[in-house]
Amino acid sequence: MIEWAVITENLPEYAAGLWLTLQLTVLSLVAGLLLAVPLAVLRTAGPLVVSRMVWAYSYFFRGTPMLVQLLLVYYGLGQFEWVQARWAEGNGFWLIFREPYGCALVTFALNTCAYTTEIIAGALRATPHGEIEAAQACGMSRLTVIRRILVPGALRRAIPAYSNEAIFMLHGTAIASTITLVDLTGAARNAYSQHFAPFEAFIFAGLIYMCVTFALVGLFRLAERRWLGHLQPRKAGSVKA
Amino acid sequence: MKRSLLLAALVLVSHSVVAKDWDKIRFATEGAYPPFNSTAPDGSVQGFDVDIGNALCAEMKAECTWVKQEWDGMIPALMSRKFDAISASMSITAERKKKVDFTDKYYATPLALVAKKGSPLRPELASLKGKRIGVQRGTVADNFAGHFWADHGVDLVRYAKQEEVYLDLGAGRIDATWVDALEADGGFLTKPAGAEYDFAGSQVFGRNAEEKAVIGEGVGIAIRKRDADLRDKLNTALKAIRANGTYDEIRKKYFPHDIYGE
Repeated sequence: MIEWAVITENLPEYAAGLWLTLQLTVLSLVAGLLLAVPLAVLRTAGPLVVSRMVWAYSYFFRGTPMLVQLLLVYYGLGQFEWVQARWAEGNGFWLIFREPYGCALVTFALNTCAYTTEIIAGALRATPHGEIEAAQACGMSRLTVIRRILVPGALRRAIPAYSNEAIFMLHGTAIASTITLVDLTGAARNAYSQHFAPFEAFIFAGLIYMCVTFALVGLFRLAERRWLGHLQPRKAGSVKA
Repeated sequence: MKRSLLLAALVLVSHSVVAKDWDKIRFATEGAYPPFNSTAPDGSVQGFDVDIGNALCAEMKAECTWVKQEWDGMIPALMSRKFDAISASMSITAERKKKVDFTDKYYATPLALVAKKGSPLRPELASLKGKRIGVQRGTVADNFAGHFWADHGVDLVRYAKQEEVYLDLGAGRIDATWVDALEADGGFLTKPAGAEYDFAGSQVFGRNAEEKAVIGEGVGIAIRKRDADLRDKLNTALKAIRANGTYDEIRKKYFPHDIYGE
């Protein structure tokens, strides 16, 4: 039998949790993407040393679990007296790492940025040679080719792979609940510990995650239609004679 | 061949369901709540809760095994038969009694506020308004703070483990922790990490009927409601080790004063 009270009594907390989950997802995705575009260009077209540095960064963040990264940033940094001294003197930069919200946002953004960098770098490498040759033939400089040809084309091609990353990020934010944040999963954990009813508490959170996932999938489908429409197979019925 | 195997399996299964002589008991504890229960370097569990459980088993001439279980999944795991009894400093509260049954108490302990030495904080709403107070999720301290403080301007921060609360108290992310007084004393204040911290204000057993109802009637061993026979056996064994001095011997290992209460 289902205990509906577990859900109804905790609805406000679930709603607040959903809001926090959406914030963490959207903000970390936006920050990660903005940072990933220049990094991907440097990774593929930059000087060798810089390219290797970007590779090392993305290798570290893709090679370790996000939970480990989060615990490292939250509990790990907080352990050092030097960091605690910066908190005490009110240093604006280090205070970010005092708040669980700041720790989660920084970790998530760096993590998604690492994956996004590789996605875009792959799309950059897949640029057809003809496009670049045509641009050069028109007399475009190296920077203009990157700005007008390489990046816009790569971003279009990256949309399908990036949509997966966005969904992984949404689900990944669930670990924010391990550092005292009450996101959607945190709300479910609180409901669970109050009523000892794991099924009700978590199935409800799961359904909400699923709805948000479907919304994300829908948004990316619209984006693909808008920016990748020219690559879709033409439907026979849509050709007007 | 297959059929006889199936038959044998069926017999085994039905036997373990029917057999209720309790010569084997699976105990669960958390292993992160020193000195009541903690995890030894080799991964085994130790502490007051574990010693009491083992003493009860010795008294009942039962063979006991220990399972480590995260605190917030403790009661659901008991109900889904992952183990038979919880000896993990679980207070006997009305909320939990809806789901599980308890033995008589084996100790009783007050709640207390722990903060930096000399802190002016007191475990009262007026003193804690606007402060960040850490609790372990799903504990009596959490229920108490959620019930009396959280809706009135106290910033309640919930953690999965009490050890994490101490980490953040040490890091300065929270102003104080609201916690079982004995656990704070044995698990933090008497250790190097807790050297600069102390109890802030007096310890709280329940200052009125409402608070007493939330704090509960002491700490017991939780069992499934249908296992009344196990509860009776454990209660008999508990009386026996209280009478023959075993209980006091174990208690002296961990605490200088009596913790059973009246």
